[in-house]
Amino acid sequence: MNAAPDTVRFEARAAAVAAAEAAYRRGLARTRLKRRLLPALGIAALIGVWALLVYVLKVPTFVAPSPYLVATTLVAKFDVLMVNLLPTAIESISGFLLGNLAAIIIATVFVHSKSAEQAFFPVVVLINTIPVVAKAPILVLLLGNGMEPKIAIAALICFFPTLVNMVRGLESVNPQSLELMKVLSASNTEIFFKLRLLNAVPYLFSALKIAASTAVIGAIVGEWIGSTTGIGALIIQSTYNFDSAMLYATVIVGSVFSVLFFLAITLAERLAVRWQPAA
Amino acid sequence: MSAPAVDCRGISVRFMSERRTVTALEDVSFSVEPGGFTSLLGPSGCGKSTLLRVVADLIAPSEGHISVLGTSPAEARRGRSLGFVFQDAALLPWRTALQNVELPLEVGGRRALPAGAATPKELLALVGLSGWENSYPHELSGGMRQRVSIARALLGGPRLLLMDEPFGALDEFTRDRLNAELRRIWAETGTTILFVTHSVYEAVFLADQVLVLAANPGRVAALQPIELPRNRELAVRDTAEFVAIAARLRAQLGSTH
Repeated sequence: MNAAPDTVRFEARAAAVAAAEAAYRRGLARTRLKRRLLPALGIAALIGVWALLVYVLKVPTFVAPSPYLVATTLVAKFDVLMVNLLPTAIESISGFLLGNLAAIIIATVFVHSKSAEQAFFPVVVLINTIPVVAKAPILVLLLGNGMEPKIAIAALICFFPTLVNMVRGLESVNPQSLELMKVLSASNTEIFFKLRLLNAVPYLFSALKIAASTAVIGAIVGEWIGSTTGIGALIIQSTYNFDSAMLYATVIVGSVFSVLFFLAITLAERLAVRWQPAA
Repeated sequence: MSAPAVDCRGISVRFMSERRTVTALEDVSFSVEPGGFTSLLGPSGCGKSTLLRVVADLIAPSEGHISVLGTSPAEARRGRSLGFVFQDAALLPWRTALQNVELPLEVGGRRALPAGAATPKELLALVGLSGWENSYPHELSGGMRQRVSIARALLGGPRLLLMDEPFGALDEFTRDRLNAELRRIWAETGTTILFVTHSVYEAVFLADQVLVLAANPGRVAALQPIELPRNRELAVRDTAEFVAIAARLRAQLGSTH
């Protein structure tokens, strides 16, 4: 007598749960699709407004090109753009490696010697307050007209955020973990490699992600001053030639490279940091 | 006949800062027999964690004399006779449960496990975590993380286990279960335990003596032996004897404010 209504109720509930699950999964798929579609839509809208403005306001080509003209320039001048991207890429990647390596080493020194930190941190802050555009001519005078000054600028621009983050990462270890190491009679070297360095890895990556895009900016700014090749030189040349389509194409190549650099670091972070950072 | 596991005589600890000097412990004397289970009970600010850190050689006393396992705290620490369990488990998040237990083998002179000592895997089994060896701390619950940290502290068979409110952040059910398991682990390993807590129930259930500390400045208010059967179930907390002891401790704590 009672069994039949129970079974019916159970089946009804199972069906309701299945329906709710299906609805939830549909919602999830929709959100995912939206997340992919919306950024593309945003960029498309931007290009649309740009094209519309250039067309409606009859903007002369030497002031601003139409998106179509930029696209054809990108295709037609692809080899020139790539030839100029190469030095910029070499400079920014070398600067990125050098600047971050120096920052990591100096952060290590600072953590081990409070006196060194107190003596040299103000110097670092002082150098960091000089704008990049002011550092560039100084370094060109010092290092000549080759790739060296550009690498130096890219390195300098990466250095500061990485130093600050790395020091914080090395110092902000859980006090109880530090006590644990002392109870275990661990040496300072062991505390550094087993605790501080690994603790700093997530901090390091947030600095590297900033450095990836600023290193490219540093190399380009360096190329503005007395350079014949590179994205920066191409920007200056096309500006002076009123070749707005080439200018826009160059800027796009530069930012696409920046974005790829950033994505590479993000991917490296995902591979390196598989744990959840301590809260 | 055998030396006490811990012997404190007139220990004082003062912390100095520019503005004032805080006396964390004032003239504390007590001793713990080898193989004993002692709870340090008191309100926050009574210096019970400080006292534990004096025993572990993490804080040097300003005055007084302390011997740990018949030697100085520093010597006991260097000899790996101490295990320490921290309040927040202090696991390294980039290491799996097993790798966390193995940490003591990799630092402080990379010592090998003494012959016959339990392996990291066996210790994880002892604390009930078989099958979780390769999980990272963020994949474990708070209670499981604390079990890992107990296994790590037991590695190498320490003669003295120091525990600083290890179950303070856990829910009541998990805490009850871990209390019962800690009694079992204590019986199985025979190690001396010093256990800091601010829970009267926990202090009485676990220990065979309770050192009651008073605050401002931290000092010994009472040393209460706990005469309960050695084989305890959680149900012992409902017996008249247990309730009477807890009431006496609470009165001792209350009279010190």
